[in-house]
Amino acid sequence: MNEIWILAESKSGHVAPVSLELLAWARSLGKTGSVSVTAILPGPAIDPEELCYFGADSVIHCPSEGLSGFSARPLAACLSALLERRRPSVFLAAATTTGRTVLPYLAACEGLGLTADCTELSLDPETAVLLQTRPAAGGNIMATIRTTRGKPQMATVRPHSRRPLERDPGRTASVEVMDFHEAPGAAPPLGRDGGDSPPFPNGGLLLVEERPFESSRGIADARAVIAGGKGFRKKEGFALLDRLAGLVGAEVGASREAVDRGWADYPRQVGLSGRTISPELYIAVGISGAIQHLAGMQTSKTIVSINSDPEAPIAAMSDLAIRADLYEFIPALMAKLAGYRSADGVEA
Amino acid sequence: MKIAVLVKQVPETDSLTLDPETGTVVRSEDSSIVNPLDLYALEAALRIKDADPETSILALSMGPPQAETALREALAMGCDEAVLVTGREFGGSDTWATSRALSAALSKLGGFDLILCGEKATDGDTGQVGPEVAAFLDLPVLTYVGSLSLSSSRKEAQAQRIVEDGSQVLRCRLPMVMSFCKAIGEPRLPLLSGKRRAKAAQLRSFGLADLGLTAEETGAKGSPTKVVKVDRPRLSREATFMDARTEEGMDKACDALIALMLEKGLIVPSAAVAGATAARTQP
Ligand SMILES: Cc1cc2nc3c(=O)[nH]c(=O)nc-3n(C[C@H](O)[C@H](O)[C@H](O)COP(=O)(O)OP(=O)(O)OC[C@H]3O[C@@H](n4cnc5c(N)ncnc54)[C@H](O)[C@@H]3O)c2cc1C
Repeated sequence: MNEIWILAESKSGHVAPVSLELLAWARSLGKTGSVSVTAILPGPAIDPEELCYFGADSVIHCPSEGLSGFSARPLAACLSALLERRRPSVFLAAATTTGRTVLPYLAACEGLGLTADCTELSLDPETAVLLQTRPAAGGNIMATIRTTRGKPQMATVRPHSRRPLERDPGRTASVEVMDFHEAPGAAPPLGRDGGDSPPFPNGGLLLVEERPFESSRGIADARAVIAGGKGFRKKEGFALLDRLAGLVGAEVGASREAVDRGWADYPRQVGLSGRTISPELYIAVGISGAIQHLAGMQTSKTIVSINSDPEAPIAAMSDLAIRADLYEFIPALMAKLAGYRSADGVEA
Repeated sequence: MKIAVLVKQVPETDSLTLDPETGTVVRSEDSSIVNPLDLYALEAALRIKDADPETSILALSMGPPQAETALREALAMGCDEAVLVTGREFGGSDTWATSRALSAALSKLGGFDLILCGEKATDGDTGQVGPEVAAFLDLPVLTYVGSLSLSSSRKEAQAQRIVEDGSQVLRCRLPMVMSFCKAIGEPRLPLLSGKRRAKAAQLRSFGLADLGLTAEETGAKGSPTKVVKVDRPRLSREATFMDARTEEGMDKACDALIALMLEKGLIVPSAAVAGATAARTQP
């Protein structure tokens, strides 16, 4: 029996959807009976049993406030303590801002190897060797990596690289609560005079404030992203893109050219120096498809491009390449969308 | 205040072009640059120095002797000192072994209030070295920093961290390791005077023995991960091309995209929405 752990995350007091994808990955590594899957859930969450309904055999919930995400050091210490009790063969985390910070911290503390941002995983049932495949050199090559010493074998896995399993509320929920005491990490803002330091917890960090992006969830977790580039030529063009995205419940993304011109905020930048995303549907509008842009979106499930130049590199990267002037295409598409509504509206 | 900035020399991706005849990637001869994402960390450090000239900034890199060029560029931008960790034994290091060596160098140099790095390197693309260095030094770490201000005592800082769905404002106790993203602001260009100074500067270099490490702890030997296979994936997809320059073409292209959106469950026909609402209001 190979034991697999995943590092679950919580968001606003609930299990984060990206954790359910990790469970699907863990379950894909072997048949029931040959692998057991444990989800470690740090930070407050009211629904840890959901992890069992989506594929975990058991959950270890460490609900202490100080373990929620932003502070890697106490979370790594908590994970080290859990590894002291039991060492699984494999430990996976999502390649999110949390996973990409905590897992390397843990890897260095434990003297273990770690592969970043995998898009493919497989486990040899006999030898228990985990093969970890990730895009490298801007997505031009795929490298398969293995860990040569120590247990667990660790990897972070790119969000949206696998769909969650069907929710099965018939599965047994087994949740163990463990407390690791960390001072709650909240503080008032730093005064202009510097002021006296509040007592800092072990992670050296105190949370002053969280500011969600206005009226949208950002591109990281989006199912569909419609991204605009320099082809828009002016900022007002992005208002059109906003409207289109609003109609179909997609998020707006942007190329670096568009971000540098101030047409979109930096967190919406897709590519090598922006975010790497894999939505179900990526629509590139007026984007040429430079290698650095492709690095951030080429693992999207379906790619559509709208470009006046049929020779633009993005066309060859697309499943559907539409040759059009975007200022003609978007209004025409919006007119046709009059007969449809965003599916989000149904659930609301 | 003492700051260390970790910099890496990487191949320049901008210089990659496609040979139109053979379709293969052509890399221009001398195409090594400072990892573009490290420039944001350098900029963050230099802004602290702008506000407080007492600040000293050390640029630290690990790499072959040629990586000296990257360090000289950091000096030209305004760093005060540069150290290169170099030696054959370090070759083939993964992020663990790299962090081990860099943290050994940082311990030897000692006394840093801030250790800064870029979000990731554009070649390796892992972003693991910052948090790993922090762990080796037993320091706290803050990643994806988009803005930073220091308290007057210089013992504390307030930072904005950019995450998936928004940002977090955090107070940080120094010393700390921080990785920066682009939101920090455009990196400055080196001035001519800086370039001259950088050219004349003496760089220090550390080898294995200077760091008190053994060959087993670093390089390919000391790395807990190993590449077992490299594939060239199919870069292109089976594209369906549609030309929307005629009215008919536009019509078909819009329909094709709408069909995709329906298939992906993004949209539903308006009638279905009305139907679903009606069904729900039934007792
Ligand atoms: C280290 C480094 C990191 C980088 N990181 C990133 C990154 O993270 N993300 C990123 O995107 N880039 C990044 N870049 C920049 C990248 O190399 C390109 O410069 C950039 O992606 C180009 O943006 P674009 O496609 O919007 O603009 P362009 O390449 O100028 O393309 C504009 C496209 O719009 C089309 N167009 C023009 N008018 C119309 C119209 N009316 N209708 C339809 N189509 C039209 C054109 O045919 C063209 O294909 C990076 C570069 C470097 C060196």
